[in-house]
Amino acid sequence: MSHHIVELKELHHTYPDGTVALDGVSFTITHGESVGIIGANGAGKSTLLLHLNGYLAPTSGEIEIGHTPITKETLPEIRRTVGMVFQDPDDQLFMPTVYDDVAFGPFNLGLTPAAVEERVTSALAKVEAGHLRDKPPYHLSGGEKKRVAIATVLSMEPSILVMDEPTNGLDPHARRQLMGLMKDFHHTKIFTSHDLDMVMELCDRVIVLGRGKVKADGTPLEIFSNQQLLTECRLEKPLSMQGCPVCGKN
Amino acid sequence: MSSIDGAILDFKRLDLLAFGDTALHRLDARAKVIVTALFVMLVVSHDRYQLAALFPFVIFPVALIAAGNLPFTYIARKILLLCPFVIVVGIFNPLIDRAILLHLGPFAISGGWLSFFSILTRSILTVGSAFTLLALTGFPAVCRALEQLGMPRPFAIQLLFLYRYIFVLTEEGGRAARARQLRSCGKKGMGIRSFGTLIGNLLLRTWQRAERVHIAMLSRGFDGRFHSGRETKFGRNELVFICGWSIFLLLLRFVDLSQLIGSIFLGRLP
Ligand SMILES: Nc1ncnc2c1ncn2[C@@H]1O[C@H](COP(=O)(O)OP(=O)(O)OP(=O)(O)O)[C@@H](O)[C@H]1O
Ligand SMILES: [Mg+2]
Repeated sequence: MSHHIVELKELHHTYPDGTVALDGVSFTITHGESVGIIGANGAGKSTLLLHLNGYLAPTSGEIEIGHTPITKETLPEIRRTVGMVFQDPDDQLFMPTVYDDVAFGPFNLGLTPAAVEERVTSALAKVEAGHLRDKPPYHLSGGEKKRVAIATVLSMEPSILVMDEPTNGLDPHARRQLMGLMKDFHHTKIFTSHDLDMVMELCDRVIVLGRGKVKADGTPLEIFSNQQLLTECRLEKPLSMQGCPVCGKN
Repeated sequence: MSSIDGAILDFKRLDLLAFGDTALHRLDARAKVIVTALFVMLVVSHDRYQLAALFPFVIFPVALIAAGNLPFTYIARKILLLCPFVIVVGIFNPLIDRAILLHLGPFAISGGWLSFFSILTRSILTVGSAFTLLALTGFPAVCRALEQLGMPRPFAIQLLFLYRYIFVLTEEGGRAARARQLRSCGKKGMGIRSFGTLIGNLLLRTWQRAERVHIAMLSRGFDGRFHSGRETKFGRNELVFICGWSIFLLLLRFVDLSQLIGSIFLGRLP
């Protein structure tokens, strides 16, 4: 899998209770792209992301990661390639200390203790959580948990980074820092967010979901200047594109 | 509910104690598991009226707690937490079994009381040694040791998940109970009916969360094995630890020390 292309073909997903969450989603994301997926609450963003590492299986349609379809055999490899940060950090932290949690993945990759140590230290440094390493995750604040959850994925050095609302619950400084960190990540990244300014700043491509369908797919500038689309999808212009509240100029 | 929540949270401290750095902590988990298992077997194998012979066994947990630099009062409090359950199990013995078995000065002690205290002592000893093992080793390492000692891997993993999900369950439970309490405005909520749905909800939520935690583990390459930073080998220290304690404990069990000492100081007791 040299080229980490993510390809979805006519993806449908219906939850067991009959909710149609994805209704024919198709797109291709090529290597190194930074893609923001936006849309109203319940549009199907989280559902979509959960397909990318095989947690949910499509009701119909196909997903290929680096030209490999997701099957039972390829799943372990796919999960190593796709690093996934969940919406709720509590789902991601399960070891007795932060260190253990961040080291969990590298150990499973079969690295030597010295190499694991190095990865843990660098991953924690990237999210400025080095001082938390010996704390139990359940004693952290929400934002700290989020940062550690991100470190657990970074320590795996994935080729595709998938994040569900990464800046949710972070303080402004931590948000800035995370955005810097994501800029430094040069492989493919795909994330959902309601933080439209972040999407504006980090993405070269935006996919708008609405009721399980792709409503629009284009550059941030195209998407955010289409007022009709934004209203229809319960979105608005990022603050950076709105007029200045003091002087009214753009 | 919040107090149960707190008590469980406090249990997690056991996991943290396992990060200590004494000779006992560094010992391979298998050695500690084997000796603890032998200890439990020997303690449990005593006759139901046996009490005095059990006391010397307290040396084992106490020695480990001291050498492992563990907080004694914390572990004692954790053991006390379990005492009510044991008392419920054993409390009918004195009512059923009234035959007098022992005279201690003016006190006549019935077989029922004797077996009640025997159960209590045995529980304290076994639970105490299990806690000590956990505090010296940590649950994941214990599971791994069990697996290395021949327990089928699926069982070892089940055990591990069971342990994790107990925490998940209590956390979810604490949250749900808090939400219910806040919205019932000091009244009794909606009584037993809302409590039923709350429990049902709780199980579903725990299930879902457990599934998400599992996927988080899988997506970080979990293949059924738990690795830990401390790879320990079974070496000479382990052998000495096992042999030393085994011989000592077997002596305690089959050569009745307390009776020996007792007969020296007090004359003969049954
Ligand atoms: N486990 C589930 N069972 C049934 N329906 C579900 C389940 N999870 C989500 N849904 C439904 O699927 C739809 C899409 O949900 P999803 O979580 O993907 O939304 P989202 O775009 O991530 O929203 P948000 O911005 O609020 O995170 C919603 O209508 C939701 O009610
Ligand atoms: Mg979501």
